[in-house]
Amino acid sequence: MTDMSMQPAAGFFSMRGITKVYPMGNEEHTVLRDVDLDIAQGEFISVLGPSGSGKSTMMNIIGCLDTPTYGDYFLRGKPIADQDENELAKIRNREIGFIFQSFQLLQRQNALRNVELPLIYAGMPHKKRLERAEEMLVRVGLQDKLWHFPNQLSGGQQQRVAIARALATHPTILLADEPTGALDQKTGHQVMELFSALNQEGHTIIMITHDINIARFGSRIVRLLDGVLSEGGPDDV
Amino acid sequence: MFRENVKMSWENIFANKMRSFLTVLGIIIGVMAVITLITVMQSATKEVTGQFEALGAGTVSVRAPGTPLKRGLSESDLKEIAALENVSGISPEITTGLSVVYGRSLQEDVSIEGYGFTYFSRNNATVARGRPLLPPDEEQKSLVCVIDRTLSEKLLGGTDPLLKEILINGMRFRIVGILADPESENVMSQFAGANENGKVLMPYTTLMRLLKQDLVGQISVYILDTARADETVEALEAVLKKAFNYKDNSYSVINLESLLDAMNTMLSLMTGLLAGIAAISLLVGGIGIMNMMLVSVTERTNEIGLRKALGARPASIQVQFLLESIMLSFIGGIIGLILGLSASYGLCRLLDIPFSLSLGAIMLGVGFSGAVGIIFGWAPARKASNLNPIDALRSV
Repeated sequence: MTDMSMQPAAGFFSMRGITKVYPMGNEEHTVLRDVDLDIAQGEFISVLGPSGSGKSTMMNIIGCLDTPTYGDYFLRGKPIADQDENELAKIRNREIGFIFQSFQLLQRQNALRNVELPLIYAGMPHKKRLERAEEMLVRVGLQDKLWHFPNQLSGGQQQRVAIARALATHPTILLADEPTGALDQKTGHQVMELFSALNQEGHTIIMITHDINIARFGSRIVRLLDGVLSEGGPDDV
Repeated sequence: MFRENVKMSWENIFANKMRSFLTVLGIIIGVMAVITLITVMQSATKEVTGQFEALGAGTVSVRAPGTPLKRGLSESDLKEIAALENVSGISPEITTGLSVVYGRSLQEDVSIEGYGFTYFSRNNATVARGRPLLPPDEEQKSLVCVIDRTLSEKLLGGTDPLLKEILINGMRFRIVGILADPESENVMSQFAGANENGKVLMPYTTLMRLLKQDLVGQISVYILDTARADETVEALEAVLKKAFNYKDNSYSVINLESLLDAMNTMLSLMTGLLAGIAAISLLVGGIGIMNMMLVSVTERTNEIGLRKALGARPASIQVQFLLESIMLSFIGGIIGLILGLSASYGLCRLLDIPFSLSLGAIMLGVGFSGAVGIIFGWAPARKASNLNPIDALRSV
């Protein structure tokens, strides 16, 4: 682990010896053990694991919402571990496009305003924001739902708004956490097809899921079990 | 960014209209109470002190019953007082009640008042027709007088009193002037009470001659620079002590200026006290805002987490919530200001005192409400900005 950190990977995405320990009373609970992961630009990688395997923690660390107890994480050559709150906020804004299981749209705002949100924090001027937000909504096929509110949209459409929002700042990676978890199978598949299409366009996607059928949409699958990560192709299940 | 925050805060305030209104109501009542109380109290103070000043700012009233050996101030004492530094003039005052005769009619118990000419030059009495009493009258102890309308009507009936002669104690006096009616507006003159039998004003020297006395029991001393009134009063007292051979209780000095000061102090104390009570309601309003903001932070935990995940810095979350509470209390402040000013205008009309707009009260009300927004919004905004995005996102 130490010798790894001596030679920081200048790669696109690299994790070395990531370990996350939570104190539980007097004991310590290790959620992630010595995880190494490298991802190349343009990959569509599925992190597959059952609940309790450390998936959420993995997602939080990748998304820069949390920092590892030990280990190094480089995103586009930038070390994440020693950044402060404000720097992390900036990285989340510029580098990560979050897609959540429960969509996480602001119910009081229409689709455009929801997609606009990360651009506000990026400091983009108003007019440019609206153009970009519209462009993204057109990309996910919602050109006729720009002014609809989340409660006027179906689940699949809401997740598309969320994907448009994740795309808005042209992030380095799209980070999806069970993106089909709240959708029926058919809609889920449509969303996954959109992911595949986005990947074809060159977007790097990291998807965290427990569902092997969903994971198979990725070009590469890694498995997470009890905090230990192992490589495994889609076909060896 | 700031504009976006204002917009978002505004939307959030309007998303909960009823709750926002009730919260704002606390501030409205607080600001309204502060502004109304201060404005009305200040208007009243202005009115009362104005009347006091009209009565005689810079006037020191001296009563000198004197000692058994010397029952009043002699001519030389008066000269000495008049010569004191910072004294613009003095007016001895002698009052008695005598019968007055004109032709065949007689009026008993008329107030006969002797004054120095300064009494007129200081506008203590205005002459409606004819002339006031002048320095030569005083020097020559002339047998002239000014009478008021009451006496004129009772004694002379319909005839023009000017230059008529009346008889007092067997001496003939020429009427040279008629007093104007005292302004009914002036509370203090009503308090002094108008003599129902009328009055006659004459030079005090003449009245002394009439009464065959050579001492004066009461004088008004007019001070030039009221800021130095205290030293002048001291010097005055030194003269008085000497005049009465340092006997106790031989004289008393009433300084209207110091009376006015005492009253002003009391009134401003009362204003402060009332404003303090009103400020308590503003405090309660502020707690209302804090309560609403805390509820709002809890309700929007998820939204805060999302915003953080999308790249909001802790500071921008804090600013957003702080702006919301400031806007709430500012809206309350503005409405409270308008209502408070209207209420105080109405109250002033009702109490029949001139309404005076107090800039201090306005700034206090608006500044206070803004401060309440910042102070009571700080903790909830801080709480929101410190939320961990992971926990916040999980709260769905």
